Amino acid sequence: MRITFPYMGHSHWVFRQLLSELGHEPIVPPRPTKRTLDYGTRYAPEFACIPFKVLLGSYLEAIELGAEAVVTTGGVGPCRAGYYAPLHQRILADLGYDLDFIVLEPPLRNLKDFYRQLRKLFPPRIGIGKLLGILSRAWVKLNAIDYLERLSHQIRPRELEPGRTTKVFEQCLELLGAATTVSEMKAAREEGRRLLAEIPVDREKELLKIGIIGEIYVVLEPFINHNVQILLEEMGVLADRSIYLADWVRGNALIPGEKDIKRAARPYLKELVGGHGLNSIGETVLYARRGFDGVVQLAPFACIPEIVAKSIIPAVSSILDIPVLTLFLDEQTGVAGIKTRLEAFVDLLWQKKRKGAGAQWKQVTLA
Amino acid sequence: METIGIPRALAYYAYYPFWKTVMATLGRELVESGATTKAILDEGISEACTDLCVPIKIFFGHVAELKGRVDKIFVPRLVNVSQGDTFCPKFLGLPDMVRYGMKDLPPLFAPRVDLRKKVRGWVNLARMVADAFDSSIISVLQGLEKGKRVQAAYENLLLQGFTPKEAMEILETGQKGKVSDPGKEQVGTIALLGYPYSLYDDFLNGNLLSRLRALGVKVLTPEMVPEKVLYTKIRSLPKGLFWHFSNRVLGAGLYYLREVQIDGIVHVSNFACGPDAMVNKLLELEAKKHSCPFLTIGLDEHTGQAGIHTRLEAFVDMVRWRRQRACE
Ligand code: SF4
Ligand code: SF4
Repeated sequence: MRITFPYMGHSHWVFRQLLSELGHEPIVPPRPTKRTLDYGTRYAPEFACIPFKVLLGSYLEAIELGAEAVVTTGGVGPCRAGYYAPLHQRILADLGYDLDFIVLEPPLRNLKDFYRQLRKLFPPRIGIGKLLGILSRAWVKLNAIDYLERLSHQIRPRELEPGRTTKVFEQCLELLGAATTVSEMKAAREEGRRLLAEIPVDREKELLKIGIIGEIYVVLEPFINHNVQILLEEMGVLADRSIYLADWVRGNALIPGEKDIKRAARPYLKELVGGHGLNSIGETVLYARRGFDGVVQLAPFACIPEIVAKSIIPAVSSILDIPVLTLFLDEQTGVAGIKTRLEAFVDLLWQKKRKGAGAQWKQVTLA
Repeated sequence: METIGIPRALAYYAYYPFWKTVMATLGRELVESGATTKAILDEGISEACTDLCVPIKIFFGHVAELKGRVDKIFVPRLVNVSQGDTFCPKFLGLPDMVRYGMKDLPPLFAPRVDLRKKVRGWVNLARMVADAFDSSIISVLQGLEKGKRVQAAYENLLLQGFTPKEAMEILETGQKGKVSDPGKEQVGTIALLGYPYSLYDDFLNGNLLSRLRALGVKVLTPEMVPEKVLYTKIRSLPKGLFWHFSNRVLGAGLYYLREVQIDGIVHVSNFACGPDAMVNKLLELEAKKHSCPFLTIGLDEHTGQAGIHTRLEAFVDMVRWRRQRACE
């Protein structure tokens, strides 16, 4: 089958590998561009969240490339993400494209259905050993990508030649992308690490520390967040991101973890509100405790969980004395606007830090 | 007597008679905020986060209106009431949003209502109420039972076509009312779909309902369909929505399209409402499938009454014209 999938951050390298090992022809949607978004905006409801629009647009682009099916994840609410697939499918059908949607719902909800959906992806007679091999190779690749990406975020704020890290990291992805066996992946990972380590850096440079939180899609997809993390790093900020691909797979698909985040959020928000709403509160608290200088919250415009979080964050921010900048992103958001607001925020944080106020953040525990 | 303020917004339209009864049996008075006004809306806009939907802003405005004239403010956390679906995440986080978003509030009475597990759910609720008001759990349970009876009577009146305001009056005064006459159904029948707090807040929607009736339209709302029926429609879908009020709206849309002769659908949707983006598209596609005229009225803080009325009139004209043509 010619299968496409949601485009998100660097995950396509993994999907590509997984699908072709399963004997399908992966149709990798092009990296989202203005065209993708135009497509999505044209056919999606006006107030659909931006990830919905980008994905719709990228399915349409994948259809142009010959995609016949989509594999994606479901969800049980209370947020909209779990309803993406049925609505995408209906909108596409209304446009005359009858795509097969293979929706993987959380296995704990309905194991039979999960298996049935998964079955559609597997070749008819595949040994369990072979299957595990395929899955574990995908997992290794995923972790290698995350590893190198984390490393790049350590290096970029200190790089001496602007833009160098980004170039080298692209090269790392190419290397990893080409690797198909576990030993090749390990070698590519090692090679990537070496390349990154060779980048000339200023070790003495004083850096701000900012945490990036928010809704997963806009946090992971640079096209929508206009490369916020890189922008910050190029301003001399050590930007820590709360979500990486592997964490997400681990946390959402396998084990319901993240207990400490939930506990940290509890004094302020007592209910799961879907998406990353509760996480955004909890992570703000944790970043404050870890002595970060500030937090940037990324949220799709009209995103329900993030707006709930946003309504509470000002209180968290003032109680824990950690400045938070919320960026709502939609199709009109331009990189210039983002940059200006980030620069202003970074200035403010430097002022605060120099005055020493940031050093004595108070830890207040609420009952 | 201790007074508990209830904001006349959001779930107020759905459950007020229930809570009024419960509070009365506990010797507390439930005090409503006034009907929404420009001042309340403005207050809400200034208190709440800009990117919130209007209904939540209005809720904030009503909370502010109650400030200073009641002992406690009722801000329930509605999680789950009956059908296994939850409420919109903004309902789930409501007490936290109010508590951390507004200043100088009296204490909140914020019980968590989760009735997914029937017996345990009610007992938990009773315990929370008993704790909040220092009453015995037995008397609270009795109060809840009484509340359920009144609520059933209320929902029954809504089913007959009374608006929440009319139904509350009937319950209050004990007089028999008459359903506002839709005229002699001259123009046609329109399903008016939307959340209770969009359809029945006359200020927010510019008197939409009475306007439609004045135009000679027979108006059908989600409240006129038994919940059981609504949910059979939802269960016929490959995947239902997650949110209670949204499922009611979508279920009503499916029901009216499939089983009742209607001449059009008006969907009253809220600006920046997450669930509505989905509900609206699904209704639109479904209406298209049935070749049923479809109009979306989007409400936000600037929607002028005039704009809404012009669009309604044009839509009703179109419906009338289609009908005439069908008769020829
Ligand atoms: S978390 Fe936000 S962006 Fe994601 S589906 Fe929910 S509303 Fe949309
Ligand atoms: S359902 Fe929509 S209008 Fe209602 S509270 Fe949620 S977002 Fe607001």
